[in-house]
This record gives sequence, structure tokens and C-alpha cells, in this order.
Amino acid sequence: MEEPLNRKLKPLSNKSVTLKTQSIEKSSYDVNAHDKFYAWFFLGPSLVILSIFVFYPMMRTLYLSFFLTNSLGHPSVFVGFSNYINLLTSSAYLDSLTATLIYVIAVSILTLVFGLLLAQTASKKIAGINIFRTIFSGTMGVSVSVAAIFWLFIFNPSIGLLDQVASFFHLPTINWLTQPSWAMTAVIISTVWMNLGFTFLIFFGAFQSVPKFFYEAAEIEGLSRSYQFFHITLPMISPTIFFISIITLIESFKSFGLIDLMTAGGPNNATNLLVYRIYQDAFLSGNYGSASTQSVILAIIIALFTLIQFKLLEKKVTY
Amino acid sequence: MSIELKNIAKTYDNKNWILKDINTKIETGEFFAIVGPSGCGKSTLLRMIAGLIPISSGDLQIDNRSVINLPPRERNLTMVFQDYALFPFLDVEANVGFGLKARKMPELKIKKRVAHALELVDLTALKTRKPRELSGGQRQRVALARAIASDAKICLMDEPLSNLDAQLRGKMRSEIRELQQRLGLTLIYVTHDQIEAMTMADRIMVLNNQQVQQVGSPLDIYQHPSNSFVGTFFGTPQMNILKAHCPHTHNQQLIIDPFLTFQSPLDLPAGDYFVGVRPVDFDLTTHVTRTNAFVRSVEYLGNEFIIYIKLDDSAEIRVVTSEKIDLNSNERVLIRPKNKFFIFDHSGKTISFMKGVQNNGRTSKQETQAIIQ
Repeated sequence: MEEPLNRKLKPLSNKSVTLKTQSIEKSSYDVNAHDKFYAWFFLGPSLVILSIFVFYPMMRTLYLSFFLTNSLGHPSVFVGFSNYINLLTSSAYLDSLTATLIYVIAVSILTLVFGLLLAQTASKKIAGINIFRTIFSGTMGVSVSVAAIFWLFIFNPSIGLLDQVASFFHLPTINWLTQPSWAMTAVIISTVWMNLGFTFLIFFGAFQSVPKFFYEAAEIEGLSRSYQFFHITLPMISPTIFFISIITLIESFKSFGLIDLMTAGGPNNATNLLVYRIYQDAFLSGNYGSASTQSVILAIIIALFTLIQFKLLEKKVTY
Repeated sequence: MSIELKNIAKTYDNKNWILKDINTKIETGEFFAIVGPSGCGKSTLLRMIAGLIPISSGDLQIDNRSVINLPPRERNLTMVFQDYALFPFLDVEANVGFGLKARKMPELKIKKRVAHALELVDLTALKTRKPRELSGGQRQRVALARAIASDAKICLMDEPLSNLDAQLRGKMRSEIRELQQRLGLTLIYVTHDQIEAMTMADRIMVLNNQQVQQVGSPLDIYQHPSNSFVGTFFGTPQMNILKAHCPHTHNQQLIIDPFLTFQSPLDLPAGDYFVGVRPVDFDLTTHVTRTNAFVRSVEYLGNEFIIYIKLDDSAEIRVVTSEKIDLNSNERVLIRPKNKFFIFDHSGKTISFMKGVQNNGRTSKQETQAIIQ
């Protein structure tokens, strides 16, 4: 079941294996103080950093999720699971959850589809294709803030490119960022656009690694291009599709930058996704207990989705 | 189904020719090998016949019908690839039936054909396995079964055995040959391995330097190579090529050193020539006072020895003998010719075939005379 992920992690796991064997060899000797010193000397810095910035906040979050907090974020009253119960019965939170699910699913699917399309286009042998390959992967080098400004210009209701084009063709103009349903669409479009650079690059690499003789064999059998794509290319790159879909899913659950810069959760909380809500509750309203609870729930949701994805796709990708 | 290649040529940039002047006719049911060193264009030629690569100029006919503008499928042929081209996500049965299914053949008919093909290659028991659960030889057989199942009468094979170990290769050689005979396939077989070509093919096309060097039966090619390239390419260890001098016109003597002289069957103008001698066609004498060479090293192969010898005029030669001999390196020996050798002109073209073999090859005596003049 874990084969595709293992493959991605190979260099890492190899390292840990060598580390392990070394320590086993060592333990057959007498571990003296000198060795112990070096072990702590090398492991210490990363242990300290991980503890301060990962382990402690994780534990603290879990702890705080059972408390009411004061404005400084210190726990004041132990409330058990009532934070959780309040949240899961609050319609505002459930709306935010729904918005997040729509956003995540739309972003994941669109990123996959367009990533595949771009990779397929870039695999064609035509003059100047290298220029397109560079352009397609270009968003990898664009920072979120720049992307946000760029899309704000496009979606701007008075000077925006999109509405100018629309009015040129006498189409109705849309207030992209101020109408709730369109604001979500705009954020999804921008996120997909941001994702495409990386996704394209990975898919393109996967396309290139499908051996040429499969297509030659297909040509001899007289199979159409679309049959080749669906019955040769897609199955051959299915581990990559799996990898990308997991990465995109987790990343879009964690989306923050574009939302903050483009809509700040608005209009009318239409784009107030879970992570953004956590940020607002914790750092704008000082509601640390509830924010911690939301973080824990988000972590559980992401874990659940990843698990489902593994279960659904494992049969398709192992060959 | 017969295949005719007429003046086929290939270029990618209209300047450099990858292949030129390829002419031959492959008869129905023939096992035809295309052999040459790597980079000689043999795989390109095969892909042009298959229709995977367009032909730059010339004509290709299958059963006297030009197929040059037909896509691969309509040429009604099948191909076996070096890396087998088995889909890792399909089991053996699905792999063999892949093309049939794509062509929307009825399910029952596919089942029957696949079962028949698997039976022919003796893989029925493994039909539910995935390719990664098979050994190299078994994968090779699945690829063969796929070719068989397609029912095309022309089969193209691109170095199908080069990923197998030596023992298995020997076994598969005879299996492929047997299948080809049994199914009456017209088989075009690309290989860089001269032994495969020699042992399997009815006829061999030798490619080198963008051109056909020779087309002929294995025996013909071995006994009557058209030039020194073909001579050295076939036979292991390689034929020795020695520089020889003919001092006087009509003298017929080719001299390498005082003990190593060859009597040409033809009159030769004075000048420099190359003499080709196969390693088995030297006579090696030890413990004599007059010597012309010394032993560099000896390899023992069980039933014969390969002896690396340096002549005093500095040429290195390989001698094969099955006599039990006891040689030390640096030992002085006398090398003399037996009676079989080839004479090549300065460009490598064959002037005379080995003595003792009837000259019934491609070049008649008149032609050889014409070459000399």
C-alpha cells in the first residue's frame, strides 16, 4: 500500500537505514562517553529546533483545545470536549468546512486535469516547445504575494483584464471578488494557476519516463492517440498521479496566502476556509482555545482524506 | 508475404544519410536477419519497414503493393521489442491480448487466440502473473506470444534476445526459429550478434557505414565475404587482416615475411594488399630454429586454444588450434599459412576468396579480374 510513497522517500529511508545499521554495529562495541557526546552533538540541534517549533506547538495545541483561554492565550478554564461540540454545531464553522471541501476538491481536480493537459501538450515534438515548457513551469518561481497582485489586477472590477475582455465582447461583467460565489471561483482559479507550475513539471517528467517502445507497440497495433493516452500513459504514470493528488489535497487544505491577500476570507465569509478561520480566531480575536480545537479537527480531516485516497487509489497504482 | 525494399534511404536533415541504397527482397516464410555494429542504422531500417519512422526516399512493397504511405497497422505486421514492451499493470493474458482487445475483437475470440499463443510458448500456467513476477526469459516468451496472437504473417524483431543471459539466449534462438517455421512467418530479425544471425537466419543482410555490405546465406557470407568488414564481422575470434606486399606483377606472391607468404590464385598487379586469414587457418610450429613470431598469451577454452601471437613485423594475430600444445608466453614459434585465405584490396574489397572453397559466391572470376583492373 505504501509503495508509491516509499519510492518518493527512497533517499530518505536509505539514509535512515544506514544510520540504523551503524548504530547497531556501534552497540556491539562499548558505547563510551566520547561516542555519546558526538551522538548528542550531531542530533542535538535538530532535536532542539524540532521540539521548539514542531513537537511543543503540536502538544500545546492539543492541550489548549480542551480549554478556554484568556487574551494572552493562557488556558483559563478546562472545558473538556465542549470546544469541539460548540464548533461542530456552529453553522458558521460548518459553512466554512463546506467551503473548504468545495475549494479543496475543485482545486485538486482542476490541478490534476490541467497539469496533465499541459504535460501532454509539452510532450509533443514541435518547434519552440522548450519555450512553452519553460512558461508552463513558470509559476514555480512566482511568490504568492506577486501572484495575488497579478490576479487582483485581472479580477479588478473597473480596470481588470477579465472584465475588459468581457465588455469588449458585450458580455456581462462580474464583480469577481465581491460576489460570494464568484469570489470562491476566483480564488480557486488563482490557486490552480499557482499549483500548475510544480504539477506540470512533475507530470512532464513522468511522461518522459514512459518508455518509447510502448507507443511504438501501440502504433503497430493501430491504437488511436486517445486510447494510447488513457490505456498506456495514464496507467504508466499512475504513481505520479497519486503522489500529486495527495500533495495537492494537503496543500489546498492548508491554503492561506492567496486567500489572505485576495479576499481576506470575504465576501461574507464565502472564502473563509478552515486555515484562514483558525488564523482569524487565534490571532485577530485572541480565541486560542477554539482555534486550537479547529487545528486539531483540520489535522484529523487531512489525515482522513489521505487515508481514503490511499484506500481508493492503491489498487490503481501498484503494478 | 514477401517484402521488397527498393532504394530505401533515410535522412533527418537532407545532408547526412543514415541509410542509403537499401535493396533486397525478402521472400515469404523467410528468416531474414539484419546485422551490423551498433549505430549502423539497422533498428532504423526495421522501424521504417514497420512504418514507425517515415522513409526518406525509395519504395517499400509488401506482396508487390507499395505500403510506403500506409500506417503501421495497415501493413499487417507485428513487432517484438528488445525490452519486450510488456505493460507492467496488465497480467500475462491481458498483455498478449492487448492489441486484439484494442481492435475490438470479440471477447471469446480473443480468449481463444491468447490461449493458443500462450500454449505455443508454453506459458499457459503463468497467464495470471504480472510481468514483474516473471523471469527475463518468460517475459521474452510473453512478447513472442503477443506477436503470435496478432496473427500477422510478418514479424519484426528488434534485438529480442539481447537482454537475456548467454545460456537462455541459446535456448530462445532455437525456440524462435522453430516457431517461425511452424507458423510460416516472414521474420525480419535485427541483431548486432553475428552468431544469432548465423545460426538462425536463412539470409543475412550486413549493414555498415550507412550501406548494405552484403546480402547472402550464412554460409555464403562466411565463405565469400564481399569485403574485409564482413570478413572480420563474422566468425569468432575475428579474422586476422595482415598487410601484404606483391613485389612483381603476375608474380602471384603475397609476402608478409619470408615464412609467411601466400600464393594468389589470380594474377595481381604489384602493390600492397590485405590478406585475411581466419584464426583456424594458421599453421603453428614450435621448437624450431627458424621462427617469425612469439607468443603473447594463451587462452584455454576447453576444446581449443586461442593463442595471441605477435609477428616479428609487429602485426598481432589470433590463432586457434585444437591440438594440445604447451606454450609459454614469449616463446618463439613459426607461423605459416594453411591454404585458406582471402585477398582484399586497399579499400577492403574482396579480390579473391579462400583457396579450397569453390568460388560460387557473388563474385565470379571475371568480376574479380574486372575489380583488379
